[in-house]
Amino acid sequence: MSTVVQPVPRSFGRTIGRRFRDWLPALVVFVLVLVAWQGLVEVFNIRQFLLPKPTAILGALRDNRSDLWSAGIVTFKEALGGFAMGSTAAILVALVLARWRRVGGAIMPYAIAANAVPIIAFAPITNNWFGLLNPMSKMVIAAVLCFFPVFVNTLRGLTSVQPASIELMRSYAAGEIETFRRVRIPNALPFIFTGLKVASVLAMIGAVVGEYFGGPLDALGVVIQNNVALFDFPLAWAGIIVASAFGIAFYAAVAVAEHFLTGWQPAADSRSD
Amino acid sequence: MAAIASRRAAPAVGDGRARALLDRAALLVVVLAAIWAVWEGFRWIGIRTELTWPFPVNDVTMPRLHEIVGQLFEPSRVNGPLLIDVLLDAALFTAREAAVGFFLGSAIGFGLAVVLVHSRLLQRGFLPYIVASQTVPILAIAPMVVVGLGSKGVTGWVAVAILAAYLTFFPVAINTLRGLQSADPRALELMHSYAASRWTILWRLRVPASMPYVFSALKISATASIVGAIIGEAPSSIQEGLGGAILNFNQYYSLEPRNLWATNIVAAALGITFFLVVAGAERVVVRRAPENVA
Amino acid sequence: MSAPHAAVSLAGVGKTFGKGAVRALEDIDLAIAPGEFVSLIGPSGCGKSTLLRIVGDLIQPSVGDVIVNGKPAHRARLDHDYGIVFQSAVLYDWRTVTKNISLPLELLGWSRGRRNERVREMVELVELSGFESHHPWQLSGGMQQRVSIARALSFDPALLLMDEPFGALDEMTRERLNMELLRIWERSGSTIVFVTHSIPEAVFLSTRVVVMSPRPGRIAGIVEIDLPQPRGAETREQPRFFELVTEVRERLAGSGAATAPTEPALVTEERV
Repeated sequence: MSTVVQPVPRSFGRTIGRRFRDWLPALVVFVLVLVAWQGLVEVFNIRQFLLPKPTAILGALRDNRSDLWSAGIVTFKEALGGFAMGSTAAILVALVLARWRRVGGAIMPYAIAANAVPIIAFAPITNNWFGLLNPMSKMVIAAVLCFFPVFVNTLRGLTSVQPASIELMRSYAAGEIETFRRVRIPNALPFIFTGLKVASVLAMIGAVVGEYFGGPLDALGVVIQNNVALFDFPLAWAGIIVASAFGIAFYAAVAVAEHFLTGWQPAADSRSD
Repeated sequence: MAAIASRRAAPAVGDGRARALLDRAALLVVVLAAIWAVWEGFRWIGIRTELTWPFPVNDVTMPRLHEIVGQLFEPSRVNGPLLIDVLLDAALFTAREAAVGFFLGSAIGFGLAVVLVHSRLLQRGFLPYIVASQTVPILAIAPMVVVGLGSKGVTGWVAVAILAAYLTFFPVAINTLRGLQSADPRALELMHSYAASRWTILWRLRVPASMPYVFSALKISATASIVGAIIGEAPSSIQEGLGGAILNFNQYYSLEPRNLWATNIVAAALGITFFLVVAGAERVVVRRAPENVA
Repeated sequence: MSAPHAAVSLAGVGKTFGKGAVRALEDIDLAIAPGEFVSLIGPSGCGKSTLLRIVGDLIQPSVGDVIVNGKPAHRARLDHDYGIVFQSAVLYDWRTVTKNISLPLELLGWSRGRRNERVREMVELVELSGFESHHPWQLSGGMQQRVSIARALSFDPALLLMDEPFGALDEMTRERLNMELLRIWERSGSTIVFVTHSIPEAVFLSTRVVVMSPRPGRIAGIVEIDLPQPRGAETREQPRFFELVTEVRERLAGSGAATAPTEPALVTEERV
């Protein structure tokens, strides 16, 4: 009589076939763009200033891979440090503000407006504070960039609990701390991870761009910037690709953590009503 | 009867709104005062105790707030124009670049989403890249784009505007698409029962439904455009904008730290202003609390 | 598994919201004997849900006294004397059925062994064996409500408060759950205060039906339901059932409430 959702067994071959059909258009576009890019640059003899041939970029990537890799690690450490600092601070502040909800509600608009400040423009100041070569100067930028998305999302998650849920806890005469532990925090987890995913991307960007304003010679941002100044665009683009790769990997790591910690989330299509 | 009722209602509404505004103004004063107190307090303690962690606290690293403000009305260099004039000009320059890019990017992004929502095939072809591009550090490419375009004869500020357009284009496209697709299926069925054309459905149902999503992206893009403009200007030494000003004053930081601080404060104000303008437009267009939506 | 029985007594209870702007309840005097099944029925806005929450000390009355189980309502809540079921199941997505049912037991500090044993009993009671490790979103609406009921009864409260628990379900599921609820009531012996929109449901389940008037909510009348126990599917077809339904409906009409036909699929007002 009552319906329970069971996964529908599908034939393996049919699944693969469907997946391939779904991705085929994207694949076609990718190939077309690559071919067109290579072709256009050759045909019109576009000087390799802005858009070097894909083969040139790949060549530069291959030739300099160990240098680019170690530069990437240097910058990634800054991003990671900033991410850790900013996210931790954001979650703690959100926990405090969720406890005193009226203050939290009043502060929210300011937090959102503060997010509109061009933080990266403060890189020269942090360079002056901590010194150009000190990774802390970039970590602080990354930390501030990470703070707001994590803070806003965490606060939202902690306070977006069904009122009936709170009434239920009160009917059990449970205190604020118990309610936080058993209801607000688990409820907030998906929101926190949304914020963390955004922050993971911002941290890397913050570190790289922060380095454009000056940094140690072995940092990825400095490498890219120097190569732009030298008009060695294939190498600069190769650096960008490495930065993207680190950013994507960081994001994926957070997404994997999310899957493990919030595996209980229903997939959008499996709710039964 | 209705006239009497509305006349009696009016003063009450006016009272409530004035009260709310007063509360908001009071909160703003409190927040600003708190920032001032934290800054000056940390500075006072730092100088007294000769703090070197997290960074050495002295007149150079933390100028007094009111001196920073005062610096605005000093000449930016010997026999030069007042700092505030320089900064306002720079801010206007940057704002123009960002605004041009912002509007261009939003229009293209919106248009692309409108096309995509009608074609499953095109969606499958292009969506993965649009989504993936959000993880590409476009800001990181900024200087490269500006320098590269500059070397091909594109004027500095146009290149920066193109950058801002690019930063705006992708979030707006994705969010608009999501918004256009978010129309209630039952509302769609209703439209079909009226034999409404695709164009009508688009403009009467999908576009209004997409507004919260669109504005959510626009708010992010407004900020991104400003940041992109400043970053784009800086390493390519476009002198007239805020990015150029930052680099300039950075060179002489130890001589006159307050110039750089004042510049950053102006940049912050510009970013917030852009954001508030878009948020204000949202209030007018979307008559629901923006926080409630995706 | 017999629970102690709680009596509920309300004397002169009234509730106003917003500095006297909204008078939700006025002059509520009601005595509920231990082991009774009392339904509160009335039009939307008559304050029945507010009254339920006042009994549970989730809202404080503006005037009047509320005694639950021989103590003030506040004390009764702190002593965990009642369980509550809402219209939405309010289950936690991140907990399995088992862990959802054991939530109050954890809060009460029961040992793990004792908790597991009680949860097993409750799962059997609401006939959800086999679904212990499921998550709420894998269950239908009716099943979720059964979990909610199991959770409310898990610590053997003397009193059960239910706020339109079956309101969001379809008619057939609702009738089945009505039967299950009666069975559970017989086995546990708890006192039940039940808020509903549906006249047949109120008559079928209760020993007494309290009819409330629209805002300000007052007791417009009490109808004794003398249908024989135990009740079953055939009860709904007895002539006496229809007489009682008519009596309740007429009391409602007389109190100024809009009369809705008995088809439960028609909802007079959307619950936000």
